Amino acid sequence: MKPIKREHKVRAFHQAKWDEPVIFELHQPGERGVWVPEAEAEIKEAVGDGVSQIPASMRRSEAPKLPEIGQAKVLRHYLRLSQETLGSDLNVEIGQGTCTMKYIPRVNEFLIRSDKVADLHPLQDESTVQGMLEIYHRMDLAMREISGMDAFSFQPSSGTQALFAMASIVRAYHEANGEGDQRDEIITTIFSHPSQAATAAVKGYKIITLYPDENGFPDIEKLKAVISERTAGFVVANPEDTGIFNPRIREFTDLVHEAGGLCFYDQANANGLLGIARAKEAGFDMCFFNLHKTFAAPHMCGGPATGALGVVEKLKPFLPGPYVEEENGRYTFKWDQELSIGKVRSFHGVAQTVLRSYAWIRSLGAEGLLNVAQIAVLNNNYLYHHITKIRGASAPYVEGMRLEQVRYSWEQLAQETGVTTEDVQRRMCDFGLHYWTSHHPYIVPQPFTLEPTESYSKDDLDEYIAALEHISYEAYNEPQIVKDAPHASTVHRIDESSLDDPALWCTSWRVYLRKTGLAAAQK
Amino acid sequence: MTSPNRTVHPYIPNTVPEVREAMLRSIGIHDIEELYRGVPAHLRMPEAMNMPPALAEYELQRHVERLVARNTSAKEAVSFLGAGCWQHFIPAVCDEISQRSEFVTAYAGEPYEDHGRFQALFEYQSLMAELIDMDVVNVPTFDWAQAASTALRMAARMTGRGRVLVAGSVSPDKLKIITNYCTPVIQVETVKFDAATGALDLGDLKGKLGGDVAAVYIENPGYLGMIEANGGQIADLAHAHGAEFVVGVDPSSLGVLAPPSAYGADIVCGDLQPLGIRMNYGGGQAGFIATRDEERYVMEYPSRLFGIAPTSVEGEYGFGDVAYERTSFAKREKGKESVGTQTALWGIVAGVYLAIMGPHGMRELGTTIMQKSQYAARVLGRIPGVQVRVEGAFFKEFVVDFNGTGKTVRELNEGLLAEGIFGGKDLSEDFPELGQCALYCVTEVIFQEDIDRLAAALKRLTDRA
Repeated sequence: MKPIKREHKVRAFHQAKWDEPVIFELHQPGERGVWVPEAEAEIKEAVGDGVSQIPASMRRSEAPKLPEIGQAKVLRHYLRLSQETLGSDLNVEIGQGTCTMKYIPRVNEFLIRSDKVADLHPLQDESTVQGMLEIYHRMDLAMREISGMDAFSFQPSSGTQALFAMASIVRAYHEANGEGDQRDEIITTIFSHPSQAATAAVKGYKIITLYPDENGFPDIEKLKAVISERTAGFVVANPEDTGIFNPRIREFTDLVHEAGGLCFYDQANANGLLGIARAKEAGFDMCFFNLHKTFAAPHMCGGPATGALGVVEKLKPFLPGPYVEEENGRYTFKWDQELSIGKVRSFHGVAQTVLRSYAWIRSLGAEGLLNVAQIAVLNNNYLYHHITKIRGASAPYVEGMRLEQVRYSWEQLAQETGVTTEDVQRRMCDFGLHYWTSHHPYIVPQPFTLEPTESYSKDDLDEYIAALEHISYEAYNEPQIVKDAPHASTVHRIDESSLDDPALWCTSWRVYLRKTGLAAAQK
Repeated sequence: MTSPNRTVHPYIPNTVPEVREAMLRSIGIHDIEELYRGVPAHLRMPEAMNMPPALAEYELQRHVERLVARNTSAKEAVSFLGAGCWQHFIPAVCDEISQRSEFVTAYAGEPYEDHGRFQALFEYQSLMAELIDMDVVNVPTFDWAQAASTALRMAARMTGRGRVLVAGSVSPDKLKIITNYCTPVIQVETVKFDAATGALDLGDLKGKLGGDVAAVYIENPGYLGMIEANGGQIADLAHAHGAEFVVGVDPSSLGVLAPPSAYGADIVCGDLQPLGIRMNYGGGQAGFIATRDEERYVMEYPSRLFGIAPTSVEGEYGFGDVAYERTSFAKREKGKESVGTQTALWGIVAGVYLAIMGPHGMRELGTTIMQKSQYAARVLGRIPGVQVRVEGAFFKEFVVDFNGTGKTVRELNEGLLAEGIFGGKDLSEDFPELGQCALYCVTEVIFQEDIDRLAAALKRLTDRA
């Protein structure tokens, strides 16, 4: 046999395409997906049909119009939909900057499936969940070591909820000091996650947003200009979503402290800093880590997740509760509610994610965590070095100085070829690669944000770079290919015009049937 | 110190020394430390982290398995715990889909790479819409408490008012979450309820209603299990004052209970966990919000809403974000509250559950729960000194009064635990006015033999002779 030549630099990919109907179209009257346990004959004899007890005003008169589908068809349908979903397990997902997509260790996924995790009720007696509480406690100790904070709560179930909890603590703290009304402003930066500003606004704060200096660093003069006796807090990521680390962060936190404000740290971008730098030395009073980012818990299509929230000693009384403490080898819940903000999520947060991240930390140890940071930074700088050489691409602001991610720009490409970052995004799908632009507003023109993490090999990075080079070449030579993308996806260009029109948008199948006239036609 | 065999970590391919060197050379430096020149000394870690050494995969497995072996699962015992998290039958197909690698590891893909994720969540919205009999359902939020909090804030924005009335029978933990989420923008006030029937005190409601009330919030079935028969009247009262009527509901009841829209609810919310999601020690909670398809409601959702749309090819379904500009992703602090990672996977699983159950499954589920819980209440009520404090109808949960036994719930639950039974949630701290009462939960996974065993154990434990 002749050798099979495999010379293409970009992958010849096609996304799965099953042309699946919407599940309601699988309806076959009479089919059953599953049988439900029935009450025993003796119970039925004793209480009758059970439902006549319900007052007539509260009885359901018409069955819900759910489809009737046999079990195998349901399974097949959802398996097909899963195949039409890329998932970070299946692609070199360095294109989702700020979200730290890393390898999800399979062993952790098996550990959480144990009945002794998945089938625990959150109100069980403490004596029956000592293993789980010990995991919470050990995680608390590990996170303290990583951050320098004094206590952690694992109740917030995402970064956004942790940010909201921190804004709540800021308010509770100033109220306890009699300055609740006076301190009504929270300062953030434009290159931080939108949730920093949004959650503080939910908590009633006026938001002040700082823009960077010409080199992309947060501008300390601008901070000085807005700081006052009205400052309640300062929230920031470091590095910000540009990947640029602010070396003067301690001056920022000192200034805010002098003005009487609290400083809270969004550590969504912590992956390059494990074992290198901590919240404590930077002067923060609080911080949080996304366990589903830096600590290798999966993203699950967008949750459930955990925003592990750490505070310094003086803020511990304000934490949401309860939290786990060790007493003579026993693990128990503690909560002094006097100053606490109360709760932000029911029960004890997302336990299975806490367990996953605990397992991940144990698989690495201190040296391993440092390796994570160093290789994530090395991978990112390797990518930066090569991507900034691609025609039409650049990385605005200071040269170099990037840690674990970079916000790049196709400004030149767009000017010279008319191909935009959204076009590139769709074209990347054709190579089985995810690519993300940026949060809004687009401060960096034609942005894209890449974060290669420690999980990807040099070959993986080279594949991603090659795909971008290929698209740049296409943009300059046959731009229509890029503009018409995707060509190898499950679906073609979506007509989004209905999605913003109240008369046309369809948020459910029943609305679709109604607004398209299909419902009337069926009758 | 790391053993020399373990310098290359299985999760970090570029720890291979030759590869690392090649990459450093490629970017023109000698040492990774050069990449950290922007992190000044005063910000550096003062000393190496103190942590136990790295474990190999099997070592880790053994370590974690030994830790969790100290837990007793609700499956190993017989559990009568509910109170916001419920043990239900999980169809195997739900577990299979919830563990699919693609869904577990997907995140923020575009509709072109994640068509399946968009479709699965659109289908979830659509299936829930049928169960609740509403048109719009969000991509799920954190939990029921968050869904209720957001529903109340939606109502406050819509009405421009700053006070909400919440049934006093909601769980104290939920009330804490709602209060913290609303403060200081919205004032939260509770309305009295009748401890025997669970019914909202209509007199108290009338007294508290006014032109400044944005919303009235009740739950049905309530936290204490009881079914609120006066939903329609409460809706009329709220609407007469220009307030939105918000109803929280346990969706597992909706095969037999009327959907809140049938008695005038404007915004419906609740928890998805009963729909095919394992309890996960509380990690299975997920909140839904539903409304009519009216612009003034849709534009107040903070959550993502997926919609169906045509593509450039005839016959192809496409999906995308409806009214994205309202979100904080688009507008930061000017958006509606905030959005981000919440509980999307549980939305997909709840959709699978509803597809598997179908209309008959949901009705049978509700019927079985009604029958078994009534039977349990009857059997427990026959134990001397034990009273079931329910005058009206209830679903799944009911309050058992142990005041007449001379024993505390705590003592009784300890006794039950010794026999492998998790007794109902102790209410004595949360509702001190009830004295020694517990909230018992009976779902379809509880069998007659379990109930009889519970009754026999309680009889022994309360027997003063």
